[in-house]
Amino acid sequence: MIIATTALTHSLPALLAQAQSFTPPSGSEYMRILPELVLTVFGMIVMIADPLLDETRSHKSLGAIGLIGALAALASTYVMAQYPGTGFWNMMRVDGFSVFFHVLVIAIAAVVILSSYEYMAVQRIRAGEYYGLILFGTVGMCLMSSAIELVLIFIALEISSIATYILAGFRRREAASSESSLKYFLLGSFATAFFLYGVAMMFGATGSTNIDAIGHALASGSVTPLAYVAVALMFVGLGFKVASAPFHVWTPDVYEGAPAPIVGLMSTGPKAAAFAVLLRVLFEINAPGRFWLIWVSAALSMTLGNVGALVQDNIKRLLAYSSIAHAGYVLVAFAAQPELGTSAVMFYTAAYAAMNVGAFAVVSHFANAGEKYLTLEDYAGLGRRSPMLAAALTFFLMSLIGIPITGGFFGKFYIFSAALKANLVGLTVIGLINSAVGAYYYLRVIVMMYMREPRADVPVTPVPFATGLAIATCVLLTLYLGVLPGRVVDFASQSTRDLLVATRLGP
Amino acid sequence: MNTASLSPYILSLVTFIPLAGSLLLLVVPRRDRDIKVFALVISLLAFVASLHLPVHLHRNAAGFQFEINKQWITTPNIHYHMGIDGISVWLVVLTTFLTPLCVLISWTSIHERVKEFFILLLILETALIGVFTSLDLFLFYFFWEATLIPMALLIGMYGHGRRVYAAVKYFLFTMIASVFMLAAIIWLYSKTGSFDFVDIQNAIRSGSVENFAAAAQWLFLGFFVAFAVKVPLFPLHTWLPDAHVEAPTAGSVLLAGVLLKMGTYGLLRFNLGLFPEQARQNAWWIVTLALIGIIYGALVSLVQPNMKKLIAYSSVSHLGFVVLGTFSFTQAGLDGAVFVMLAHGVATGGLFMLAGILYERRHTYEISEFGGLATPMPKYAAYFLFVVLASVGLPLLNGFIGEFLVLSGAFQARPIYGILGATGIIWSAGYLLWMYQRVFLGVVKHDVNKTLPDLNLREKAALLPVAAIALLMGVAPILWLSSIDPAVQSALVPFAQLAAKVVGQ
Repeated sequence: MIIATTALTHSLPALLAQAQSFTPPSGSEYMRILPELVLTVFGMIVMIADPLLDETRSHKSLGAIGLIGALAALASTYVMAQYPGTGFWNMMRVDGFSVFFHVLVIAIAAVVILSSYEYMAVQRIRAGEYYGLILFGTVGMCLMSSAIELVLIFIALEISSIATYILAGFRRREAASSESSLKYFLLGSFATAFFLYGVAMMFGATGSTNIDAIGHALASGSVTPLAYVAVALMFVGLGFKVASAPFHVWTPDVYEGAPAPIVGLMSTGPKAAAFAVLLRVLFEINAPGRFWLIWVSAALSMTLGNVGALVQDNIKRLLAYSSIAHAGYVLVAFAAQPELGTSAVMFYTAAYAAMNVGAFAVVSHFANAGEKYLTLEDYAGLGRRSPMLAAALTFFLMSLIGIPITGGFFGKFYIFSAALKANLVGLTVIGLINSAVGAYYYLRVIVMMYMREPRADVPVTPVPFATGLAIATCVLLTLYLGVLPGRVVDFASQSTRDLLVATRLGP
Repeated sequence: MNTASLSPYILSLVTFIPLAGSLLLLVVPRRDRDIKVFALVISLLAFVASLHLPVHLHRNAAGFQFEINKQWITTPNIHYHMGIDGISVWLVVLTTFLTPLCVLISWTSIHERVKEFFILLLILETALIGVFTSLDLFLFYFFWEATLIPMALLIGMYGHGRRVYAAVKYFLFTMIASVFMLAAIIWLYSKTGSFDFVDIQNAIRSGSVENFAAAAQWLFLGFFVAFAVKVPLFPLHTWLPDAHVEAPTAGSVLLAGVLLKMGTYGLLRFNLGLFPEQARQNAWWIVTLALIGIIYGALVSLVQPNMKKLIAYSSVSHLGFVVLGTFSFTQAGLDGAVFVMLAHGVATGGLFMLAGILYERRHTYEISEFGGLATPMPKYAAYFLFVVLASVGLPLLNGFIGEFLVLSGAFQARPIYGILGATGIIWSAGYLLWMYQRVFLGVVKHDVNKTLPDLNLREKAALLPVAAIALLMGVAPILWLSSIDPAVQSALVPFAQLAAKVVGQ
């Protein structure tokens, strides 16, 4: 009882108590959620402007507003970074860690908006709320990375999820897209329920829903079985979001049906945010019993993802299975020591975002009206017919394989060196063998593009400026992370200290 | 010109001239002819620059020369560290020597996507040179993997019938094998905090690497697998005949001439350099595989109906000599191994060029399609004979010196190694001369062959350097051995110590 009351000072009921003696948040606290505010405002502007636009006119101006919003939010992360510390009754914290993920998910959103710009016109999808939903979803992802209160994490998770559920169904004329949306929604809700159940269990075990408080409670008192159950349940919920095995079954179907640029978003943004949460939940509270949970899930994800991808003929399904495998690689780092593991995860999510958003931008351009051209056969001879596009896709695929001078290589490198440092030889060997297996199916695409005769019945349209810009940005970022990874890694390991110091040495 | 001031930068210059050239090629010349001339000029420039290295090398000095060591990435601790010794200097020159010849030999045989072809060729050259000059394990791995893609694309885009199969097979074999090397490199880094070859070597020798005794055998195998696939050592050689037969001529020349040497160079530099004890323990089965490769490669060559496949299997046999010499741990054996690498690069490169010239005229490699070619093409036949004799190991030509040294080293190590290895020379005389007889001697069997044009000026220009170097290496091997010898000596120091330890016990 005594433990419960002391812990309550940080928990939700305490917030209710505080609400009676209400102290409004200070100005600097609002600064700490500035990117979220900017994104919300621009999202609202898009929603309000949408009905005012003429039905027959193009909706490209909304895309421009969305892009400006994302760029403004990106700029405001700089302001946010000047106000480190906790805010809103200890529910969120701004530190290097959250700034890193803010920049990452907002940048992803910006590039996705850019690559959707022409896509929407080609697919004849007329809906302004598309851009609004991307921005709102990004708000959720941003909050996930700065929240240190499990209930807020849950709310943020829902904000980002619900936006992506709707976005997945935007190709309204296609049954596959509706299937995708519904499947994602049903399974996703189920998974968030698991997460919420885990939060409840954790509250039961430690008397708090604040991550710092949970960390202290677990470190000081004896760990009850309830805590183990809570960690496992939360892992199920988050495992679904990052598409790790055995919670990956939804991925290929959902990715196949959803609009291609949105798949680029889904496979990187919410995933990065969910990894951020996972880092907080597992490392910051030093979750008990996590090791084998991660070990098994990592090994399964890598193996099932790569083996599944071997037999795919649809490029979106292929990349879906590949994203399962990549979630597995990231999980390997979770099994390592927190210090190295965290920075490896952060770097990998960034590198993966750059290459995967880029790959989907190419796929979405090449898929053409109605996303008709998605089989590997359709890529035959693309190297001759559209050399720049093919070269860019080859570069992204090489990064996914993990060939040097790409971000993907250093990503894998940091993960496996963190794992070897922790003497995880078994997991490293499984991972390396898997990345060799993975080379095969990425190579199939490259072989198709360069070594097969072009097909006349597949149209090749010139790359519009916005899409080209999106692809070029991804190429440059992947190259930057592959040639000069130093700055990003240094920043990541600095933020790692922020994350870990918070509980180990903090109050 | 003050050449001394060039020293720290010359290696980077040699390495990156081709890459810079390929980037220029991307934008500047538009017509196919200009592209070829430009590629030729660039590759000649790299060759001339690389000649600086053997000229200014201090032949008797131990350790690495022309070193440059700059921090590239702080976390992990990766340096841009390059340097060469008496062994790698010649492999660099071999690469720069063969590339202009590859450009010449591809002059008319490449019609489509000409620009891409020469860009890939030049990128490949940079990557190959980088492999031989890197002293940072990470940089080495970087260049090692970088050779993979241009070569696979050269095979897959410009090759013959089953090119895609061959390209994918080549890619997967090397890629999967090098993953094990990467694991070993990361392990070494995680324990020593450095990728630097010299630092790691010193750390291992002083015994300051934690857990090294338990892991050494696995590390040795990790490196070994990657190199053995490249060599290729029996039974990992199956990708080679496919890759060679399907590759365009220039691809085959660089594949046989230089790419395979990446494997033998790696064995020498890393497996012997970092893990002398394990190298000694594992030598018996590695030598056995090398001997099997020598004899098996030769026997399979004997029955090949396809000229290019015959040359490809002969590479398996010749590279077996290199491995045999390397794992004899004797001065003569290692000297010979390095010399065979160079001699094989020149001679087999020449053979592939000759096969390519014939293919351009007849579009087939089948030996049965020819016969009596000496009548319509006397000059071609003369060059062919010269290169065949060099490859067979006729005294006064380059093949002889290397094989002789390897065999004398093998005899010192164990007489049975020498005896079995020596049969390889007999076999190679058999299959190459028999092939020569079937293709060139007698009456012209097929009417189409009667009017085949002899060598033109461009082809002569490509073949003459090969013949000249083959002769020079045979007559004055001391020019090469005088720098190889000291480098080999310092590579053998730990083995002498090991042997002394064994005797002491």
